[in-house]
Amino acid sequence: MKKNAESAWPDEVHALLKAAGVRQVAIVPDAGHARLIKLCEKDKSMRVVRLTTEEEGVALLAGAWLGGEKGVLLMQSSGVGNCINMLSLPLACQFPLLMLVTMRGDHGEFNPAQIPMGNATQAVLEALGVIVKRADRAEDVPELVSATLRLAFNTYRPVALLIGQRVSGAKDFRKLTESVPK
Amino acid sequence: MSKLLHRRDVVTELLRERGDTLVIGGLGAPAWDITHAGDHELNFPLWGAMGGAAMIGLGVALAQPKKKVLVLTGDGEMLMGLGALATIAVQRPRNLYIVVLDNERYGETGQQETHTGHGVDLAAMAKAAGFAHALGVRTQAEVSRLKKRIYSGDGALFAQVKVDPERLPLVLPPRDGSYLKNRFRAALLGRNALQQ
Repeated sequence: MKKNAESAWPDEVHALLKAAGVRQVAIVPDAGHARLIKLCEKDKSMRVVRLTTEEEGVALLAGAWLGGEKGVLLMQSSGVGNCINMLSLPLACQFPLLMLVTMRGDHGEFNPAQIPMGNATQAVLEALGVIVKRADRAEDVPELVSATLRLAFNTYRPVALLIGQRVSGAKDFRKLTESVPK
Repeated sequence: MSKLLHRRDVVTELLRERGDTLVIGGLGAPAWDITHAGDHELNFPLWGAMGGAAMIGLGVALAQPKKKVLVLTGDGEMLMGLGALATIAVQRPRNLYIVVLDNERYGETGQQETHTGHGVDLAAMAKAAGFAHALGVRTQAEVSRLKKRIYSGDGALFAQVKVDPERLPLVLPPRDGSYLKNRFRAALLGRNALQQ
């Protein structure tokens, strides 16, 4: 498990979401979620809804719950900033909402523009009253997804799991530039 | 130029034979309008979530493909979430109908003008996003046609209904969001849904 944890967590998370009956998967893509998104797209029991901005997902999943379905919102930490006012909806109406947030502006960040929102993500969510849990090791992600799924859907509230940049890997644009084929 | 439609006449007409249609009301006047037409357990009137009404409608529509979902909202509310037009069009929900009651004003905050009074055509934007049906509505005859298309045709449909910017007495729905949510779920899914 240890050896493969880094690459296996998206598969385990997908299985957990499926077992929990998650049907609507709302996404604004992030590199850290790429494998999980692919798994959800291949799963016929799940409907992947690509959003233009993350707050759409907060509203979508309130509607899903009204209609009797469960969902999950996948995004990057910068997207948390886009969600703030819309989170009033699940907070005021006690809608269950699970947000799986891959962190930027975190461990070993290269891009200065990612720092302000990344650094504030947890504080901003907690200021609103959203429950926040954090995973900084790949092997911890599945258990924390399982726990936050139960928190969100058993206690009817928005919950965010922050998946640290140590798990998804820090992006280095200089390296990416070097690797572009000529 | 014909006389402008009255929003409550339009909403009353659209909801008269609603059956088990699921109705989302955008915050402000549309929430008061659907309540004026008769508070209903399958109404989900919003007190906030500005820009989210259409997306809530999409979530319900995907979860309940056999039921019709009608979102009644305002021009200011829709303008705040224009990206939803693209998101919804891509999903092609055949059971989702979005009706914008367009008075070209932010009615709750002092009747300030919105973009729609300055040339922004929401129906054209919905059409360009890829909605199967997108129409502008200005007359009573067009309201009747809209009603027919909602109840006997497929979506996704988007309608922009130009209405009088009249000030009307508030008809408030219940304010407790948790109650509104549970009332809607119990009516739609049965009381056992509240045990989930």
